[in-house]
Amino acid sequence: MTQKITLEEAAALLWQEADLLDHREYDAWLNLWSDDGIYVVPIEKGVEDFANRLNYAYDDGEMRRMRVARLKSSYSMSAIAAADTIRTVSRFVVTGERSNEIDIRAAQILVEYRRDKTRPIAANVDVTVRRTENGLKLVKKVIWLAHSEEAVSGVGYLL
Amino acid sequence: MQEALIDKVSDSDLGALVKEDRVHTSLYNDEHIFKLEMEKIFGRTWVWVAHESEVPNPGDFVTTHVGLQPAIVVRDKRGTVHVHLNRCRHRAATVCEARKGNAKGFVCPYHGWSYAQDGSMLGVPLPKGYSSDFDKADYALVSLRVESYAGLIFATFNDEAPSLDEFLGRAKPWIDLFMKQGGGYPVGTSGEHKFRFPGNWKIQLENTTDAYHFPIVHKSFLNSLDAQAEELFSFLDGDGFVEDLGNGHSVMVMIPELVDLEENLDAPIPERFKELAEELAADYSDEEVRRIVRAVGGSGFNLNLFPNLACSMAFFRVLRPVSVEETEIRHIAITMDGGPEAANRKRLRLHEHFQGPMGFGSPDDAEAWERVQRGSKAGPDMWIMLNRGTDGDGNGPGGVNRGDVSAETGMRAAYDMWKRMMTA
Repeated sequence: MTQKITLEEAAALLWQEADLLDHREYDAWLNLWSDDGIYVVPIEKGVEDFANRLNYAYDDGEMRRMRVARLKSSYSMSAIAAADTIRTVSRFVVTGERSNEIDIRAAQILVEYRRDKTRPIAANVDVTVRRTENGLKLVKKVIWLAHSEEAVSGVGYLL
Repeated sequence: MQEALIDKVSDSDLGALVKEDRVHTSLYNDEHIFKLEMEKIFGRTWVWVAHESEVPNPGDFVTTHVGLQPAIVVRDKRGTVHVHLNRCRHRAATVCEARKGNAKGFVCPYHGWSYAQDGSMLGVPLPKGYSSDFDKADYALVSLRVESYAGLIFATFNDEAPSLDEFLGRAKPWIDLFMKQGGGYPVGTSGEHKFRFPGNWKIQLENTTDAYHFPIVHKSFLNSLDAQAEELFSFLDGDGFVEDLGNGHSVMVMIPELVDLEENLDAPIPERFKELAEELAADYSDEEVRRIVRAVGGSGFNLNLFPNLACSMAFFRVLRPVSVEETEIRHIAITMDGGPEAANRKRLRLHEHFQGPMGFGSPDDAEAWERVQRGSKAGPDMWIMLNRGTDGDGNGPGGVNRGDVSAETGMRAAYDMWKRMMTA
C-alpha cells in the first residue's frame, strides 16, 4: 500500500522548487516533474478547461524542456535581462488527497527586481504532488496571477 | 550644448521632423508631439475598436479606448454597433467598468443617470429638480462615427473623415486574404495577451512590418521549432516583400506560399501539423482537413493598418498609446468560429508559444522596444534611420513603393501618413 503524502512532505517539495526557480537551477527544476505533468499560467479566473482556452503558459513535458532550453540559451535578450526573483510560498491548504497524490493550494508572493524597479507579483497556486518510485514529483501546477486579466508584462523567468 | 531641433519647429512645421528616409528622435519622447498626435491622428482618423465576434449578440459590449479616451463598443437590439465615450453626461463618471458583457443599457453608478444601448438617455432620478427646459435628448452619451469592414469595427471622432472603404483602400484585398484563415469558418476571437512596455507607440507600429529584426530578436524562438518550421520562418532570403498600401497602411509578405490559404491545398502537410491532421481525419474529409490545417498556422503576411491595428499571421495586434513613453499592446488570438476543437486548440498553443509574457517571441520584442526608448534619450537631436530598401520606392507594380522583405518601406509609409495628418 502506498504511503500517503503528508503536508510537511509536500511543503518541503514546494520550498525546494521555489529555491531552485529563484536560483535559476532549471535542469534540477525539470527533474522535480513527472513527465505527464502540466504547468499552467491561466489568463481568465476560474477556468477549468485550460486546454481549450488561451493561457500565458500551458506546458507539457516537451514544452517545459523547450522553455528551459530557451531561458538557458543566451539567445533571448529578455531572458538575459530577466529580473532577479525572491519568492515565498506559504499558506498551504490541502484541497484533495488520493492514495499516492495530494492537492495543495498555496499563496505565492514573488518580488522581482529589474532596472531600478522592484515589483511584487502575487498568485494563488494549485499544485498536485505524486509519490513515485523516484520520489515526490509535481504533476500539476496552476499559477493564478492576481493581475492575470490585466496587462502582464514580460516574465523572463519561471513563475 | 546643441539646441534640439524640436525647439525650433512650430506646430505647423512638424513635417520637418519626418524626412524621406529618417524621423527625428523627438517623435519618441516629446510630450507636446504626443498630445498633438492624440488630437490630430487618434482624434481624426479611423481607429480600430473591436472585432465583430466580440459583440455578436444584441446587448453585447466591450470596453476599450479611442486614443486616450475610454469608450464602449455595444451592439443594440436592432443589431447596430455603436461606439460611445464611456462618460456620464452628468459628472463624467464612467458608466461601465466591465471589460465585456451583455447589458440592456448603462446606468451611471454615481447619481443614476441611465442610457440605452444606442446611447440615448433613458432618464434621471428625481427629474423635478431640473428646470422645465431639461431635455433628455441633450444628454445622450457622446457617440462616434462607426463603420466596419470584413468584421473589423472602426470608429472616428471625425465626421469629415473619408469613408472607411476609402481609408482602407488598397489594404482591403489583404484583409480579405487574412480572413481566409477561418479555414471555411467565420474568424472568431478567443482571448488575448495584453502587456505594456515603457516606450512610444510608434516603436511598435514600426515593428509589424520589420522583418529585419526577426532572425536576431527571435533566435530563441527559431531554435525551438522543428527544422521544417525553422526553414519556413527563415524568410529573409526568400521572395517576400514589403509594400506601401497608402494612407499609412503596409503589408509585409514573409512567406509568399502562404498568402492565399485557399491555394496549394494539395501540398504535403507540414511536420508540425501531422498529428492534428490525423486527429481531424476521423471527422472530416481529406479536403476539409487540408483546408483547415493549412489555415491553422495563419497567413504568411503581416498587414499594418495605420494607426493601431495589425493583422499578423494568426492574431490581431492592437496598440494603445498610454503616454508618450508607455504603450499597451493586445495580441488577440484568432480561432475558427464553430470549427474543430482540435484545430482551435492547436492555434491557442501556437499563440502561447510566441505571444504573451511567457511566450518565446513577445518578451524579446518588448525588450528591444524598451531599449529603443531608453537609447533615444541619448542624442536628442539625432535621427531614427528608416533608409533600408529605399531603392524600391516608386519601383513596385504600378509605381507603388515596394522593397524586399527586409526593407523599411512599411515604416516610411506610416511616417508619410503621420506627416500628412500632423501638418494638416
